[in-house]
Amino acid sequence: MSTNYLIKNVSVLGGTPTDLLLQDGVIADGADAPDDAEVIDGTGLIALPGLVDLHTHLREPGREDAETVESGTRAAALGGFTAVHAMANTEPVADTAGVVEQVWRLGREAGHCDVFPVGAVTVGLQGTQLAELGAMADSAARVRVFSDDGKCVHDPVLMRRALEYVKAFDGVVAQHAQEPRLTEGAQMNEGELSGRLGLAGWPAVAEEAIIARDVLLAEHVGSRLHVCHLSTAGSVEIVRWAKAKGVDVTAEACPHHLLLTDELAATYDPIYKVNPPLRSAADVEAVKAGLADGTIDIVATDHAPHPHEDKDCEWAAAAFGMLGLETALSIVQQTMVDTGLLDWAGVAERMSYNPARIGRISDQHGRPVEVGEPANVVLYDPRATRTVDPAESASLSRNTPYRGMELPGRVVATFLRGKATVLDGKVL
Amino acid sequence: MKRHLLSAADLSRDDAELVLSTAEEMRSLADRPIKKLPALRGRTVVNLFFEDSTRTRISFEAAAKRLSADVINFAAKGSSLSKGESLKDTALTLEAMGADAVVVRHGASGAPHRLAHSGWVRSNVVNAGDGTHEHPTQALLDAFTMTRHLGALDGRRIVIVGDVLHSRVARSNALLLHTLGAEVTLVAPPTLLPVGIENWPVETSYDLDSALPKADAVMMLRVQRERMHGGFFPTAREYSRRYGLDGRRMASLQDHTIVMHPGPMVRGMEITADVADSDRSVIVEQVTNGVAVRMAVLYLLLGGSEPAVGGEE
Repeated sequence: MSTNYLIKNVSVLGGTPTDLLLQDGVIADGADAPDDAEVIDGTGLIALPGLVDLHTHLREPGREDAETVESGTRAAALGGFTAVHAMANTEPVADTAGVVEQVWRLGREAGHCDVFPVGAVTVGLQGTQLAELGAMADSAARVRVFSDDGKCVHDPVLMRRALEYVKAFDGVVAQHAQEPRLTEGAQMNEGELSGRLGLAGWPAVAEEAIIARDVLLAEHVGSRLHVCHLSTAGSVEIVRWAKAKGVDVTAEACPHHLLLTDELAATYDPIYKVNPPLRSAADVEAVKAGLADGTIDIVATDHAPHPHEDKDCEWAAAAFGMLGLETALSIVQQTMVDTGLLDWAGVAERMSYNPARIGRISDQHGRPVEVGEPANVVLYDPRATRTVDPAESASLSRNTPYRGMELPGRVVATFLRGKATVLDGKVL
Repeated sequence: MKRHLLSAADLSRDDAELVLSTAEEMRSLADRPIKKLPALRGRTVVNLFFEDSTRTRISFEAAAKRLSADVINFAAKGSSLSKGESLKDTALTLEAMGADAVVVRHGASGAPHRLAHSGWVRSNVVNAGDGTHEHPTQALLDAFTMTRHLGALDGRRIVIVGDVLHSRVARSNALLLHTLGAEVTLVAPPTLLPVGIENWPVETSYDLDSALPKADAVMMLRVQRERMHGGFFPTAREYSRRYGLDGRRMASLQDHTIVMHPGPMVRGMEITADVADSDRSVIVEQVTNGVAVRMAVLYLLLGGSEPAVGGEE
């Protein structure tokens, strides 16, 4: 018999405090709590639907020195996530039913949160031949999101075919928008600073050109498109224009693109090296505005663990990417909620409902915190503060750009189908 | 002065003038029968070169030896970029050997910055050229050479021509010459100027012929032939025609104007032989001055507050 939890006096999405009962995996009326229910004082806490990340790198199989499904999903649970989509750029690449089923099974065994594997669009992420998308869709992992993330599906014909093909199983292509020729050797945002630092520039146009092409392709073939980690003001404009035209496009922004700017590259510390790169302050403001007005549908972490030696080196030799799962909600609070751009209902949409809808897992995740719904719930204390200590991370890696920063908020508890995965800020 | 010399921007005007005046003292040594000073006796200077650069390496080596320092040359073939030993492990090795100063040349922009600020070594770090970032001692020797010919650089017009985009020499010179009060014009085809250059403290021009008549010094940058494959300009011939310094263009210079080149030159590409070998050319003198300037830098970073040249003889 699993434990039932009675959460007293908790504010659902910042509303009037109420009692919630998590019973047999489902949310029930607090008034009906059995005597043996474990009581949690929710005073001052906000209840949010379990967060859903559409963009996580769990690194397994292949780079278990950086992260495993077990360690990555622990970090996810600590960040308030009950579902993550595991990106396909593993070794071997998740481009077959066999690999996606392996990742899916590892997620179930770990049990910290649900793992939904993303399938590669092309064989080996090589950008030349479609992977067996249908086999991955039909597998036990039920893949619906396909992405060559880390690489762009830059061949326009291949991208068109992928967009068309996944319609057969209601899939979506999540594009890493990066024109490869415009970004050969690129190290950081192209601007005045890249010129001064002598680091090869990653121009905004290399992202925007692909997004513009892809929304036109999606419109032409009547497919849905998802834009990964949109990072520039121009990209926001293009997605806004496409949505106004009725194109079936969704877009995501990463927490680091809501807070950090390219100025940090002046340290030459590759902890700030990420792809797409940190952009200008004007880009950050445009991305925040796009997230606030719904042009950008979701926040996704792009959690990208790397072992120490891949960051403890010169900038050009370092790997791209930063951790994100354990800090995402705090960064969103700091940049979007505390600034008045979003309320907690807006956060629930962008970090739970919308990503679940895009990933086609809305039957289980991204449901409202209401009686009768699956008990995937996060309890969050927005008034707490904490100083980020990389050593405390549940990830096997330490590459957080927020080290030493004081961030608002703390995930107190995470429940997956009524079972606590995190209690009192600790993984169970 | 700061502990490290990573960028020309690390030098205030006072710092830069101190280096130049110290270099002048060092330069006077060249005329003495004994060219050596005891200033850095017992100190160890490591030349850590991840890129081949014979001329810069021997210049630093000569500078350190003339100051009586012990010199270790460490040619690290293949940086961590090509999966050799990592920069960090190399640095830890040098630290363990007791290096007092590390002179580093590296293909990655910012590598000296990492060496100085990552807690790997305690030594003073001198940037001897990093990627497409900076080469501050080159800028110092260029400024020193200009000063010897032109006097104080306030208001002097310096024209730097060529592949600014990839040039660490251009970056360091733009910063240092601005600090010293000179007016810098960078001349290049638009493809070889970095994005955002309008915010640098320099003028820019695409037209060499219009920039030359007002120049007090013209510095030609090396153009690597592989840039052609990047499509930065159509052909070497067209580049030479538009941006090369030849005898005809040299004739448009003022009488006192000097011609400089950081080397190695590609004769026939950015500079013709008659210009390189002309009376205006100070290219060979730049090399001589390089030793004096690097002596001054090592002395000021490692040494003492005492005058470098003086009483002991």
